[in-house]
Order: sequence, then C-alpha cells, then structure tokens
Amino acid sequence: MSWVFLRDLLSGVNKYSTGIGRIWVAILFMFRLLVYVAAAESIWKHEHDEFECNIKQPGCENVCFDHFFPVSHIRLWALQLIIVSTPSLLVVFHVAYRENREKHHNQKLYKNPGKIDGGLLYTYLISLILKTGLEIVFLVLFYKLYNGFKIPRLVKCDIKPCPNTVDCYISKPTEKMIFLYFLVATSCLCIVLNLSELSYLIFKYSIKCYLKRHMKKQQ
Amino acid sequence: MDWGTLQAVLGGVNKHSTSIGKIWLTVLFIFRIMILVVAAERVWGDEQQDFVCNTLQPGCRNVCYDHFFPISHIRLWALQLIFVSTPALLVAMHVAYTRHEKKRRFRNGEKIDIEELKNEKIHIRGPLWWTYTSSIFFRIVFEAVFMYVFYYMYDGYQMPRLVKCEAWPCPNTVDCFVSRPTEKTTFTIFMLAVSGICMMLNLAELCYLVLKICMKESRKTT
Repeated sequence: MSWVFLRDLLSGVNKYSTGIGRIWVAILFMFRLLVYVAAAESIWKHEHDEFECNIKQPGCENVCFDHFFPVSHIRLWALQLIIVSTPSLLVVFHVAYRENREKHHNQKLYKNPGKIDGGLLYTYLISLILKTGLEIVFLVLFYKLYNGFKIPRLVKCDIKPCPNTVDCYISKPTEKMIFLYFLVATSCLCIVLNLSELSYLIFKYSIKCYLKRHMKKQQ
Repeated sequence: MDWGTLQAVLGGVNKHSTSIGKIWLTVLFIFRIMILVVAAERVWGDEQQDFVCNTLQPGCRNVCYDHFFPISHIRLWALQLIFVSTPALLVAMHVAYTRHEKKRRFRNGEKIDIEELKNEKIHIRGPLWWTYTSSIFFRIVFEAVFMYVFYYMYDGYQMPRLVKCEAWPCPNTVDCFVSRPTEKTTFTIFMLAVSGICMMLNLAELCYLVLKICMKESRKTT
C-alpha cells in the first residue's frame, strides 16, 4: 500500500477525463510521482543525520534542525501529490452515482454515464478549480515556510540549548534546490494545464449552448 | 502481508456499503493509510536514534526514551487503523453467510438463479441492518478510544522539543531533546483531524440508516 494505490486510483480517473486531463495524469505520474520515488526521496533520506552544527552541545542540532525545517520539503511534496490528486475522485464518485441510479431504476437514464455533460460537467469543473487552488496553496506554503525556494548552505542558529550563535550546515543544498525548482516548475505546468482544460470546457459548452439556442430560435 | 491485504478485504466490503460508507473507505485509504505509509513512517523513522540527552551516562538515553514514549505514535496509528477497519469484517462475514445459505437452498432443490445470486447486490435490511449498524457503532467507539489514548499518553497532541528526565540511571535531571518535534506535531494534528472527519462520516451514516428504517416503519403503519 503506497504510491501504487494512488497510481491505480488515477488510472481509473483517466477514463473520464478529457485529452488535456490525460496529459495532466501522465505528467503527474512521470514528472512528479516517479521523480519523487526514484530520486527525491533518497536526497532527503538522511537530512537529519547529515545536518551538522559547529558545536558539541547535545540537543543543539536537534533544536536547530527543528527550527529551520518545521515540516520537511519531502513531506510537503508527498502531501501535495496526494492532496492534488484527490479532487479527481469527485468525478469518479459522480459517474458511480450515475451508474447506480441507472441500476436502481433499471433503465437507461444517460446516453453514456461517463460523458462529461449536465451535472458531471459541473463536478468536473469543480474538481479542476480545486486542483488548481490546492496546487497554488502548496506553492505558497513552500514559499512562506522556507523564505523562497532557495536552500542555504549555512544557517546561523541561537536557540536554547545552543550556548551562542552556532553555524549549522545543511546537507546537499544545491541538489535539494534543483529538485525544489523542478517541483515548482512541474506544479506550474500542472496549473497551466488545469486552467487550459477549464477554459476549453467552458468554451466548448458555451458554444454548444449558444448553438442550441440559435437552432431553437430558428425553429 | 501488509496494508495491501487490508485493502483487498475492505474492497470486498465496499460493494455492500452505503454511499457514505464508500466515502469513509476512500478517506481511510487515501488520507490515513497512505499518509501513514508514505510520510508519517519516515518522520518517526529515526525517533530513537536522534533522541539526544545531555549526558554521557550509558543507558540514560534508552531509559528516558522508553519513559516518554511507551508506545510510538506510529504503532498506535497502525493499531488504530486495524481496529477501526475490523468491524467491517462483520458485514463481510454476514454477507458470506447469507450467500452460503442461498447456495445451500439451491443445492437442496429450491429454484434460485445462480447468476443472479453471484451478482446480487445485497440490500441493507433485516438482520444485515443490525450487523451493519453495530459495525459502524464499534468503529465510532474504537476511534474515540484511540483518540483518548493518544491524549492521555502524550498529555495532549503536541510534541515537546525538550523533556526533562530523572529516571535511573540518569544521575540528575537531564535535558533530552526530541527529534523533529514540529513535524511530528503537524502530522499528529493532521491524523487527529482526519480521525475526526471519519468519526463524523460514521455518525452521519448511523443517523442515515436509523432514519431510513424509521421512515420505512412509519410507511408500513400508515
């Protein structure tokens, strides 16, 4: 039970997505999930052990690490991946609800329960808005927690029990920064894809609505 | 044998659940089990190694760690998830027993369509309603019990940065520093919030089932 579960869940979502939605799922898998599991996890694996302070005072390193990394980058990244994937489940639930209704009434109520029209369109649009909103929330959280997306080589710490101001050195700062920028870039790409899918759907269904009204008027 | 086994078992129960039950199951898998395996286990991974005490006395660190963390949060959460998922097995067993009875009647010569039996959606009424409702009740009780155990064992839901320890063989009162206290507090509050949401979902499902049966009874009498 791990990322495989998320992968299976999102493969199910893929069936009811538009073309842009499928590209979003592919980017999420290849450039975010796979990079996280295959590369990023091992960079942050020993972050606590390799965080060194220029002092022998017991407890000083612990306290300084906790002060500069309240929630580790890698945990925020994992939370972001999980929470950003979840709104897609609204669509799966809605389609399941439609299929259930058809079974309950024992007749075909919808031309195709998986087609994005009517109520399902609104669910899909809401899921897109939620996904975009959550991506932005996490990017802002990263920015606010770590004062930008830079990871310094050296931090100065003077919290008790450190006796004075102490130099502490972060492990692999450049590598972490590169992957952090990669995370930001892929998040922004996903935001752009979500916004374009939103505009495409709104545009498509507005045109459909307009044409229907135009045909009715002509009749 | 791991969390995947639980997923296989509960996936079977999902078919016979109400909609709220299905949402509860999704929340359980994604926001509790997945977060536990993927994130929380890493945060608590080095908890004893990086528990540092301001003393060179051998054994003092071990004793202090054991005193302040009798059962690790991670282990308590794993137990909580297992206990909370288990009542659903009552429903699975009841459904299996009903199916077994129908098959037995079919073998004894009664005319039952075997295909219909396989694909039949078993409705939550009669004895199954009682089994289902008791399973939800037990889920709520287990959630509440574990939330209280966490609160009682760790004096609240916050992880302190510094604990003062004077258990033997520590010579005097010794300062001990917990690793990653802020991150641990964040995850504790997150798991607490999701437990709360699950409890709300279970309560809503219980109310829905009780209301449904009351309305049915009132329709029968009128």
